[in-house]
Amino acid sequence: MKPGTTSAACAALLRRDLLLVWRRRGDALNPLLFAIIVVALFPFALGPETTVLARIAAGTIFVAVLLAMLLSLDALFRSDLEDGSLEQLVLSPHPLALLLGCKVLVHWLTTALPLLVMAPLLAQLLALPAPVLPVLLAALALTTPLLSLIGAVCVALTVGMRRSGMLLTLLVLPLIVPALIFGAGACNAAQSGFAYSAPLLWLAAWLVLAVILAPLAAAAALKISLT
Amino acid sequence: MNPLVLWFHKLGSPPYFYRFGGRWIPWLYALALVAGAAGFYGALFTAPADYQQGDSFRIMYVHVPCAWMGLFAYAFMAANGFVGLVWHIKLSETMAMASAPIGAAFTFITLVTGSLWGKPTWGTWWTWDARLTSELVLLFLYFGVIGLYHAIEDRRQAARAAAFLALVGIVNLPIVHYSVIWWNTLHQGQTVSLVGPSKIAPDMLWPLLVLAFATHVYFFASLLARTRVALLELESGKEWVRALLPAAETSHD
Repeated sequence: MKPGTTSAACAALLRRDLLLVWRRRGDALNPLLFAIIVVALFPFALGPETTVLARIAAGTIFVAVLLAMLLSLDALFRSDLEDGSLEQLVLSPHPLALLLGCKVLVHWLTTALPLLVMAPLLAQLLALPAPVLPVLLAALALTTPLLSLIGAVCVALTVGMRRSGMLLTLLVLPLIVPALIFGAGACNAAQSGFAYSAPLLWLAAWLVLAVILAPLAAAAALKISLT
Repeated sequence: MNPLVLWFHKLGSPPYFYRFGGRWIPWLYALALVAGAAGFYGALFTAPADYQQGDSFRIMYVHVPCAWMGLFAYAFMAANGFVGLVWHIKLSETMAMASAPIGAAFTFITLVTGSLWGKPTWGTWWTWDARLTSELVLLFLYFGVIGLYHAIEDRRQAARAAAFLALVGIVNLPIVHYSVIWWNTLHQGQTVSLVGPSKIAPDMLWPLLVLAFATHVYFFASLLARTRVALLELESGKEWVRALLPAAETSHD
């Protein structure tokens, strides 16, 4: 890879962001811990009967994972804004959408992937029937990148605000409702013994759309926020 | 230049728009009041009671026009936001942001009247039906736009960011709508349509159309009033505002 090319810039950005997360790996575990706590609270509130828990398991895990990701989304551009490297990204000759796509990829790798790995454990805590687990994992694998992508657009709009946490939640949640409906819907269908491929395909179609459009939208939003 | 095009270009100038709005607002409010009174007279007195729902169906005359206006205001906001973002027209940005609270209010009224209507007909205040849910999501989208607009210090940057969010929302709105339809449906189907015959008696239909007209006129009156105030704030340093409000300036010093 020749230095100065766009692919070299993307590779450098990926390496830098992953290294930054690795240097502060304690912080990266917070969303995991949050998801476990949320899931663990449900049996306390609803009682330990496995029939009740099994019925709400997929939905609960979905909500916990989405909230945990939302928690970490707030910091997506924060350190870059503080040390000025975000402005350098905007000023760089490489396409901003591609660079932001790399940052979203890092966010997904460091937040959603650990949550996905932990999802079987969460499923066990809530007594999710074993045959539903692959559907849950597939639905989560399609939903979490959607949240990272749509979230990045909203974060780009709120970048530079001192207290953006609550506002960010307000911006992201209405946009992510369909993902939750389709994702949890696929799991519920699988649990009731119905066909579950249609919602998963819808999610995949939406993800393809978001992969193309969301980085462009995030780049446009970032340019508005930084003027 | 064509006089109509010339007028349209002139309208983009804040001082011209300010005077234009000032002339039209009283007439629009009066028209909305008259049309609203006529519509409500028809809705409450001349329209016959529904054979199935009795008198409770009359809530429709508030509910349906407000639901239309909630969507119309969002489309209006997004269209103006698009114009503002692409051509950097200050007036469009201001109008987009002025229509957000009105649309949110209409959406809120839709949800409240819908739940009042739901109690006698469905036996419940709230149900997670497709249309109710997408209306709720619409309200949250409005709240997001308004919240973002008020969270950013610089007014023009805030308007541009919020307008962008409105555009993201309009891409997403059909997805939300169809996903919740797929998810669950209890709400009655469409009974009024622009193309083809409506599935509603003419006695019941005309007050609805008159009220829909009244809410549209009210929307534009309220929009003009809000935009005028926002323009005064935005342009407070400019010559025309100083000439207009000499008293306010002396009190500031």
